[in-house]
Amino acid sequence: MAQRGIREYDAKRLLAKYLPEYLNDFSYRGDLALVGPETDLEGLANTNPWLRTERLVVKPDQLFGKRGKYGLVLLDANWDGVKKYLNENMGAEVVVGGIAGKLTHFLIEPFIPHDEELYVAISSDYDGDNIFISPQGGISVEENWDRVIRVHVDALEGIDNMDLRAQLERSLAGKAASVEKFVLALYQFYAELGFAYLEINPFAFHGSSIVPLDMVAKLDDAEEYWQRKRWDSLAFPEPFGRSLSREEQFIKDLDSKTGASLKLTILNPEGRVWTMVAGGGASVIYADTICDLGYAREMANYGEYSGDPNTEETYYYTKTILDLMTRHISPEGKVLLIGGAIANFTDVAKTFKGVVMALEEEKEKLQAAGVKIYVRRGGPNFEQGLKLMREEGLKLGVPIEVYGPETHMTRIVPLALEGAMQ
Amino acid sequence: MSRKDYVLFDKKTKAFVYGYQTNAIQRMLDFDYICNRESPSISAIINPSRAGIHKAFWGTKEIILPMYKTIALAAAAYPEADVMVNFASHRSAFETTMEALQEGSIRTVAVIAEGVPERQSRIMSATARKLGKTVIGPATVGGMAAGAFRIGNTAGTIENIIASKLYRPGCVGFVSKSGGMLNEAFNIISRNSDGIYEGVAIGGDRYPGSNLLDHILRYEANPAIKMIACLGELGGEDEYKIIQALKEGRITKPLVAWVTGTCSPVLPASVQFGHAGAKADTQKETAQAKNDAFREAGAYVPTSFDGYGDTVRLVYEMLLEKGLVKKFAEPQVPRIPADYGKSLASGDIRRPTTFICTVSDDRGEELLYAGKKLSSVLDQKMGIGGVIGLLWFKKELPDYASQFIELVLQIVADHGSAVSGAHNSIVASCAGKDLISSLCSGLLTIGPRFGGAIDDAAREFKRAKETGMTPEQFVGDMKKRGINIPGIGHKIKSVKNPDKRVQLLIAYARSNFPSTGLLNYALQVEKLTTAKKGNLILNVDGCIGILFLDLMSSCGAFSKAEIDEVVRLGYLNGLFALGRSIGLIGHILDQKRLGARLYRHPAEDIAYMMPSEEDIQCKR
Repeated sequence: MAQRGIREYDAKRLLAKYLPEYLNDFSYRGDLALVGPETDLEGLANTNPWLRTERLVVKPDQLFGKRGKYGLVLLDANWDGVKKYLNENMGAEVVVGGIAGKLTHFLIEPFIPHDEELYVAISSDYDGDNIFISPQGGISVEENWDRVIRVHVDALEGIDNMDLRAQLERSLAGKAASVEKFVLALYQFYAELGFAYLEINPFAFHGSSIVPLDMVAKLDDAEEYWQRKRWDSLAFPEPFGRSLSREEQFIKDLDSKTGASLKLTILNPEGRVWTMVAGGGASVIYADTICDLGYAREMANYGEYSGDPNTEETYYYTKTILDLMTRHISPEGKVLLIGGAIANFTDVAKTFKGVVMALEEEKEKLQAAGVKIYVRRGGPNFEQGLKLMREEGLKLGVPIEVYGPETHMTRIVPLALEGAMQ
Repeated sequence: MSRKDYVLFDKKTKAFVYGYQTNAIQRMLDFDYICNRESPSISAIINPSRAGIHKAFWGTKEIILPMYKTIALAAAAYPEADVMVNFASHRSAFETTMEALQEGSIRTVAVIAEGVPERQSRIMSATARKLGKTVIGPATVGGMAAGAFRIGNTAGTIENIIASKLYRPGCVGFVSKSGGMLNEAFNIISRNSDGIYEGVAIGGDRYPGSNLLDHILRYEANPAIKMIACLGELGGEDEYKIIQALKEGRITKPLVAWVTGTCSPVLPASVQFGHAGAKADTQKETAQAKNDAFREAGAYVPTSFDGYGDTVRLVYEMLLEKGLVKKFAEPQVPRIPADYGKSLASGDIRRPTTFICTVSDDRGEELLYAGKKLSSVLDQKMGIGGVIGLLWFKKELPDYASQFIELVLQIVADHGSAVSGAHNSIVASCAGKDLISSLCSGLLTIGPRFGGAIDDAAREFKRAKETGMTPEQFVGDMKKRGINIPGIGHKIKSVKNPDKRVQLLIAYARSNFPSTGLLNYALQVEKLTTAKKGNLILNVDGCIGILFLDLMSSCGAFSKAEIDEVVRLGYLNGLFALGRSIGLIGHILDQKRLGARLYRHPAEDIAYMMPSEEDIQCKR
């Protein structure tokens, strides 16, 4: 439910397959090969014979940019050179933009010699979309931002009656006509295939045809229902440097199977402050409060559950968190904040029933880890839900403090941090 | 009805609810009721799969809400409704909202669905703006005007609405992105001021249909609102539009603002918060930058969310002091009756039941037959006989008893097409009647003369034996009373041409039953009757009835009282009706399969004997 980056491989694949629907003389073939940790290189070359015959480019394809600057792009190589590069770089640890991560995926394409580098990008804002075109693309586009032509496309009007020619002619001269056709088609491709951001920097002319050299794209994953066929089985990789832990993946899978929302990000597995907060808005405020009080480094996770999850779902969600938080023993003990605002329609008793089931199962581990639990919640059947928690506190052998809507939502944060943590 | 542009909802607002959301509908009506509204806020429900009516509560009374299949039909019938609460799923939220916006009479659409694509959201928003209308959402619970109108589930339960005094207006206009925080904010504001006038959650998506500023400007224009509170979020530049408006003097009322997400700088950049729009792409989009900008532009900004309530109180008390707001008397709030289902579930009320069922129970995880799980019935291979034992007699019968029941069912399953039941079924089937009607037509012939003698035979023989009559006395007694002995006599079969079915039953009973006392008695009776006439044999009905009594009295599963009850209630004819249904269904389907035409009985087979003209004259 947000904008999600896709691999350059997928972005170009979509472009090669679907741009011709809007631009019939688009001749880019989309010779692309994606290499992952398990890829059999000889098999790959058998299905993509051009790998053995053409001059090639190879670069990481993991949602980060400035790959040339980091010396990660190999240009104008043959197949042996590419294999050597892959051999050296697959699995290598690199630091990009301050984030450390492993190189796991690479894109191989034919090397296209070119002189001129052009720039096009499309982004969206509240009122519509913006198209940016520059005759000076590549790494120097930012230095020459004054040469960029910006075109706004109104959300309702669309691009049909737009005339770009006059603007383009000033800076592109002879190529203006074909660039205009390309950009208009690209816009339709962008709008109709569920894109939220797209940048081709640079693209070049190879003979008379346009070839994308470097491409970045984000899709609006809410479009999935409409784009299922065109997107095919396209995957949304995690951002560079982030691979999902087993538990995060488990919650993500759980989330994808329900109408409710279940989110979990582990920030510091050894942290002492764990949260289980209901609601997208409230969860941010709890995290804010923990940081405000100076416990940012102890904050172990960010997550939220909302949209009336059933008992079973809250059971699994809680169990996952309890399991994670009791793995490392800290002499100072730990706190779990089961927080939330006053719900509109989520049944508090029902969700807490699942929480209690998990607490009972993990009882010994919670005792051993010295966990103290703070609860604050309101909403449908909250009296019943809070009562359930209080009763649980008496028989669990783990201290549980329970508060309702009469207590300020984030009050349990200082109570927990200043009480139990010192 | 003309409303000021800044008023989306008032005490007379009428709305459509798109989607058959019965809980939300009831919640809206309950809210209307405790607000002392003159009439419900819902004009009609739009349910694409069914037109008709929906019954709902208005206090303790039930009322009827009309239900239409399309927005156009509803709008034509209720031009006074200017709000649509759209519960359509994310797949159809766009088209239904666009359709509603095209209706001249609909001014405001609240879109509840989560996961509406950004492009669709922007088109909805731009369309609404162009038409001078308002879209709230997507991905929100909606909003409410205190004491006047609520969108769907906004503000949760009645208890919460009462606790936050939402049944009457206060002086604060509130707007947030988060729907989940709306209720919390109502709570905080009601504890620190005279309460909410109106509160809206615009939804956590990147491109909400209306933005924070849209609502803030409405609150600014509305003279009943004295102060404005807003809860923003990191990501996007929506809050800067407000800050700009503050700087330009377009917002003059005191504004309490807080932007959440101050924790984001210490978290890895890749964490996506719960809301799609909550991600700072630039320094300017961070919560800190926004809070600082708000402060600088003259808004009242607490130091953390913890202080939000205190800041609201500070501003409210300032307004009180200046005399801009006045304290008022609280209105009487009508009580909402407890919901029957909810109270029953929580054990607060009880109610005598009308029916008792001891046969089966389908409420749990697994179907129970007389308390026994269906899976164990199958595991134990209890068969049809065993199932009848459970469902009719509520007993696990010994195997030989279950097998006897099955033997009976097999024996009575059919008896050719000429007997009454089959004949009727066939005639009905030929007349083009369906299976069930034809089956009923056949079953209706079962009675004292056809197949229905099992119970009577059992009853009479049991009475005779128990009262100590000799077979001779019994035959004599029946003759004296002028009654044919039930279970004795056959149209075709006789001593010389015995009924094979009876022989099979007797052979089974003799080799399996612990004792066959009543059968022995009946055979003595038969000796007497066949001596008079060869066809006065123990017939199949009689044999079944008598053997069933022997079975019950010798297998140990039945008390005497239970046996009496079985005979009294007519259990045993049930065996015939059940078994014969097998044959009847066969005959009915046979006719259909063969394409049989309408049956007409041949005229030559009917003796037409009309009364004479004289006979029918009225003779006085």
